[in-house]
Amino acid sequence: MRARLRGQIQQLLAFASLIAIVVFFSIANDRFLTWANVTGILLAATVVGLLALGTTFVIITGGIDLSIGTGMTLSAVMTGVFLTYLGMPLWLGVILAILFGGLLGLINGVNVAVLKIPPFIATLAMMLVAAGLSLVISGTAPIYFKETPDFVRLATGSLIPGIRFPNGVLIFIIVAIVAGVILKKTLLGRYTFSIGSNEEATELSGVNVTKWKIAIYTFAGLFTGLAGVLLASRLSSAQPALGMGYELEAIAAVVIGGTSLQGGKGSIVGTVIGALIMAVLTNGLRIMSIPQEWQSVAVGAVILIAVYLDILRRKNA
Amino acid sequence: MRKRSFGVAAGLVAAALVLSGCAGGGDGGDGAGGGDGDKPYIALVSKGFQHQFWQAVKEGAEQAAEEFDVEITFEGPDTEADVDQQLQQLQTALDKGPDAIGFAALDSQAAGPYLQQAQDAGIPVIAFDSGVDSDIPVTTAATDNKAAAAEAAKHMVELVGGTGKIALVVHDQTSVTGVDRRDGFVEYIEENAPDIEIVDIQYGGGDQLKSTDLAKAILQANPDLKGIYGSNEGSAIGVVNAVTELGLEGQLTVIGFDSGQAQIDAITSGLMAGAITQNPVGIGYETVKAAVEALDGKELPKSIDTGFFWYDETNIEDPEIQAVLYE
Repeated sequence: MRARLRGQIQQLLAFASLIAIVVFFSIANDRFLTWANVTGILLAATVVGLLALGTTFVIITGGIDLSIGTGMTLSAVMTGVFLTYLGMPLWLGVILAILFGGLLGLINGVNVAVLKIPPFIATLAMMLVAAGLSLVISGTAPIYFKETPDFVRLATGSLIPGIRFPNGVLIFIIVAIVAGVILKKTLLGRYTFSIGSNEEATELSGVNVTKWKIAIYTFAGLFTGLAGVLLASRLSSAQPALGMGYELEAIAAVVIGGTSLQGGKGSIVGTVIGALIMAVLTNGLRIMSIPQEWQSVAVGAVILIAVYLDILRRKNA
Repeated sequence: MRKRSFGVAAGLVAAALVLSGCAGGGDGGDGAGGGDGDKPYIALVSKGFQHQFWQAVKEGAEQAAEEFDVEITFEGPDTEADVDQQLQQLQTALDKGPDAIGFAALDSQAAGPYLQQAQDAGIPVIAFDSGVDSDIPVTTAATDNKAAAAEAAKHMVELVGGTGKIALVVHDQTSVTGVDRRDGFVEYIEENAPDIEIVDIQYGGGDQLKSTDLAKAILQANPDLKGIYGSNEGSAIGVVNAVTELGLEGQLTVIGFDSGQAQIDAITSGLMAGAITQNPVGIGYETVKAAVEALDGKELPKSIDTGFFWYDETNIEDPEIQAVLYE
């Protein structure tokens, strides 16, 4: 009961910081709180946010996934292969690309759980493999979606009539809710926490940790696949050279959201707030025309403060 | 040991051929390709590999290699921040004992010792794409980026009617191309268009997604913006995406740099007013050609301007432009 209350306080704190940042930028620049800019921020948070959602599961198990950035790129390239090269129908190509992300996760899971390669190394290797394969498969050139003009609408179109609310954001919201329910209410979620808290004890209590770890990495991979699809949709092309560094932004969002890199602790709500804080901060600083150099400094400082506050709170609790 | 004596022998043969080439007048061309079927080997180390631009440079280099009957290799680091990786590639190239080296430095200072090593070994170095800050390279084959950016600025001034607010999305603030393409543009505006105000300059690392989001922020902050300039392919595409996502098509002047399918499409559809293209095929071609000439002992100018072009809806189909655009 107390633990639960503590978790809620943490989320409240993160949410309060988000509101504080929003209020600050609204006062600093009257163009910040316009509908177009707010939906712009949400859309900017979508790609990294999706990566962060998936990787929250992996980080709660005490693992890490460095392959999500370039894995996302490879999934985007595969979307191009399915839709443009092979001429598949839109829905099929998109589903296969998401499943392809799952396949990358499955390989990571096997490497970590069966071959016992430390997650940092296993996913670092996958990061490089995916970066290389993206270039090989695409022939180092972007793939365009000329055959499926509707594909672009997947991220930037608006399903809700009359309002400019990008579909990408809608997808992100739905996926975040699903991820939240799975983490809290299902066996997969429960074992994610239990493996992260104490892997040995989980194993001893009769849970097949190997199997569940593979399942968790595979599940996380689906988010990478979806992020790749939305990235490609937004850029109306699969850009094979992109992606390096996105994994760190996603991990930063997860950490700002209060998920512990030690494993065993974390929440989807936290991750969503973390991703929003990152997006609001970059957008706000840009709108204020703060030089790029200082933008990086500010984001770095926020990560430090967020994590330190989390440590303080845990000490006091 | 055998390798070394072979190298010496090859050197002597090459020297003899050059001499006989001079003596024999027109026979020099044949001589370069002779030498027991051993073609001269030129190693090119570029600033990148995976981007379209570098692939076009490579294509030009390959054209020249075929024309002058030499062998080339073309390598480059994953990103333009990977100075260390590039130096390792340069070291490996040197270890292979090439006849000449083509090098596009990410960091001239850092590459200094390696260039010295090349000079000591008597390997001529041809700098390409951006200047190498050293007197070791025999020549530099590059676009005059400042002049090219000034040309972009000139068109911007004309298109916005000489007055109003504009902004820049630049790929980075540390590389020579990033700085030149920013300064060339800004200096032209300052000198020639006092009524134009540059309200913001932001850097997106050439990443399409980041450039899109930051261009959107600039457009949000300045609803009365009249024009925006993207300094390379990724930056320009970001600007185009931002304009489309905000539904501002046709409401402001977008000027780009380099080419690529998306940028060509944007110009054809009228989303982008026009762009500057370098001549990447020419850069690759001139680099290899200069290397061959250096090996033949010819005098080379200190720099070879590989040229640039302004292209827009009206001339995009011209053969001259089509030849330098890449998809």
